[in-house]
Amino acid sequence: MNGVPGFVLRRAVGAAVTLLVISVIVYVVFYATPGNVAQITCGPRCSPEQVHQVARQLNLDDPLFVRYGHFLQGLVAGQDYSTGTSVQHCSAPCLGLSYQSDQQVTQLILTKLPVSLSLVAGAMVIWLVLGVGTGVLSAWRRGRLSERVLTGITLAGTATPVFVIGLVLMIVVCGELQLLPFPQYVALGDDPEQWAWNLLLPWLSLALIEAAAFARLTRASMLETLAEDHIRTFRAYGVGERSIVGRHALRGAFAPVIALNANNVGSAIGGAVLTETLFGLPGVGQELVHAVNVVDLPVVVGMVLVIGFFVVLANAVADVLYAVADRRVVLT
Amino acid sequence: MSLVDVTDLRVDFGTLRAVDGLSFRLEEGAALALVGESGSGKSTVASALLGLHRGTGARVEGTVEVAGTDVQRASDEELRRLRGGRAAMVFQDPLSSLDPYYAIGDQIAEVYRVHARVSRRAARARAVEVLDRVGIPDAVRRSRSRPHEFSGGMRQRALIAMALACEPRLLIADEPTTALDVTVQAQVLDLLHTLREETGMGLLLVTHDVGVAAESVDEVLVMRHGRAVEHGPVTAVLGAPSEPYTRDLLAAVPRVDASRAPSEVSGEVVLRATGLRREFGRGKRAFTAVDDVSLTLHRGETLGVVGESGSGKTTLGRMLVGLLEPTAGRIEPGGGVRPDVQMVFQDPVSSLNPRRSVGESIADPLRARGERDEGRIRERVRELLERVGLEAAHHDRYPHEFSGGQRQRVGIARALAADPRVIVCDEPVSALDVTTQAQVVALLGELQRELGLALVFVAHDLAVVRQVSDRVAVMRRGRIVESGPADQVYEDPQDPYTRQLLAAVPALDPELAARRRAARRELAIA
Repeated sequence: MNGVPGFVLRRAVGAAVTLLVISVIVYVVFYATPGNVAQITCGPRCSPEQVHQVARQLNLDDPLFVRYGHFLQGLVAGQDYSTGTSVQHCSAPCLGLSYQSDQQVTQLILTKLPVSLSLVAGAMVIWLVLGVGTGVLSAWRRGRLSERVLTGITLAGTATPVFVIGLVLMIVVCGELQLLPFPQYVALGDDPEQWAWNLLLPWLSLALIEAAAFARLTRASMLETLAEDHIRTFRAYGVGERSIVGRHALRGAFAPVIALNANNVGSAIGGAVLTETLFGLPGVGQELVHAVNVVDLPVVVGMVLVIGFFVVLANAVADVLYAVADRRVVLT
Repeated sequence: MSLVDVTDLRVDFGTLRAVDGLSFRLEEGAALALVGESGSGKSTVASALLGLHRGTGARVEGTVEVAGTDVQRASDEELRRLRGGRAAMVFQDPLSSLDPYYAIGDQIAEVYRVHARVSRRAARARAVEVLDRVGIPDAVRRSRSRPHEFSGGMRQRALIAMALACEPRLLIADEPTTALDVTVQAQVLDLLHTLREETGMGLLLVTHDVGVAAESVDEVLVMRHGRAVEHGPVTAVLGAPSEPYTRDLLAAVPRVDASRAPSEVSGEVVLRATGLRREFGRGKRAFTAVDDVSLTLHRGETLGVVGESGSGKTTLGRMLVGLLEPTAGRIEPGGGVRPDVQMVFQDPVSSLNPRRSVGESIADPLRARGERDEGRIRERVRELLERVGLEAAHHDRYPHEFSGGQRQRVGIARALAADPRVIVCDEPVSALDVTTQAQVVALLGELQRELGLALVFVAHDLAVVRQVSDRVAVMRRGRIVESGPADQVYEDPQDPYTRQLLAAVPALDPELAARRRAARRELAIA
């Protein structure tokens, strides 16, 4: 099958296989993890008997493939869990229950994911505007003072850790100037305006870190394009510098920027832990770190799969954008 | 006032003087060719006419006047009005000279709007008009295509269309046909000729190919080391050159009509290929590059394989060497001995590893054969270097320290290292200047006589192939359309395609060129 439907189908199958492989790897790694999972789950004050009971309840004594089999079964058909006193039904796609809170992982993801998506979507807009804009300006003004100043600012942005930028922003904007309240997550559906105001500082601190990479990439790709033969053609036909830089050279920077952006979006969904922690945003990254610390296998698997899904999705979107930006690219 | 008036032009790139005191004039509607080998400064002159050196760090002195504009003193704004408006330029590589991301019609319209105060729609209509004028079929639809959807010849036509858009008084063409096949080259040169007749614009042609100049201009200026060697009417300069350099240059140009002394060919077969076929891709995208090609190669002979781009000649060469596996067919050594086929590549720059000394590159085939004795390897490499006309002391130098011709000698030494019986040369001289080309061709002939090598000489240049070959095979779309002794194929071509190819070769004699052009026109009408 060819064209867009074929592309979507192939990518979907590829994504499913990738995610299954990831889940197997997470299971194997956790199986091999030292330490008593039941003990950790139960808590330090549990008696050996209680620990034993927890282990049985969570099927921790079963061999690896049996537990993985349960996981797959839940994913496809849903599953019933007994939580001591009652039976909880977890409908497909079921990623299991948290060892810690008995909460369904699917539910947990649905509460955490909007936070991370809000954070990354807004930050992406800012890092693209800031990074590509700076890159274009410094390619245009190459060799002049304004370029050096811009490059210096973006470099400083990358070199400063997120908690420094974030803290300074919070202290100055929320503390000293009192322009904004201290950030607190408000769902987009509840109050779009408050959503944006509260996320503004997290967006800025995450974006400032990423923008420098985009600025450098844009600048380098544009300078590369500016050295190409077709730019010489337009110069030899009297086309103005503004049009050459803004129209012809910028177009050459699209492909690498799309690729880098896909990478960043994919990894920031689960990787913006510092930003989430600093601003108290209950996102995917924070939850994942917590789950790893308490060896909460179902939550870890669920979160990793969600992150993996978004990485695959971001790259598929990037491939489509590639083909839109450059007609020579054929989707396969 | 002349259309172009250049007085005492000097261009320096750092410490390198590219143009050294050049003066010439071009009258309205006249055509002048700047002819020279690489590094002679001819393209630098072309760029100076449009002030393209401004802002690049090159130092330009002297006066350059083009269509009433003093290029040296003009403001940026005046210069922009000149560029494309009164003097337009066509470049060598038509693929890289257009923006890959935009439709061809849009690019022409953009340039047109720089010079004419018209709406987007009117500019777009003008683009279609000029595309139609240069012979792009279905110009309305094709104006929406991007450059990669055009063939090489169509891309060059599109660039010429861009140049025509503002009806310039001067057209500067920098190697406009160098990247094109010979039949396409003839079409583009004919197009330039017709346009000049119709619009009366002046032409400044920059070329390394004397034949192209003979086809297109009234006056020739031969350049060397940034200076004018000889300047005069084309018939005088090419017919009776007065300067020794011009005579050498003309003597080095391979002639398509000159027969060659046959080499000593023995009856011993060294390689036999039968029914070779090679496909690339699968399913609907499958493409047959070589289809049912059979050939026999004897000791001491040269088989010329000639064809245009995409004819499958390189694929055939690669199969003979064993770099590609044939999809069908067999390659057998003559007399049951392993044939030991080696290859000399087209681009002497990219076919040598820049990070390794040439000695190491030449030693590769020796090591590949299992030679371990470092002393013997070094001895053999020195011997090979001297054999190809380099010095043993060059052993530890790196490729960038050599000229193009020297690098190709290194490539030949590397091919010889494994004591081959057959060498496949894939366009071995097409990247070289004519004088260097003649030297490399002479070296190959010498080696062949001495070592009894069989050569397969793959090239697009019909004259070079005639110069070196005993037998010639003409390829088209993966098949051999005609083959036989070189003289027979060239003097009495049987296949219509061979005839078409030969008719397209630029003639060195301007009068003959004019007659051929008339003949091609009649062929096109008929």
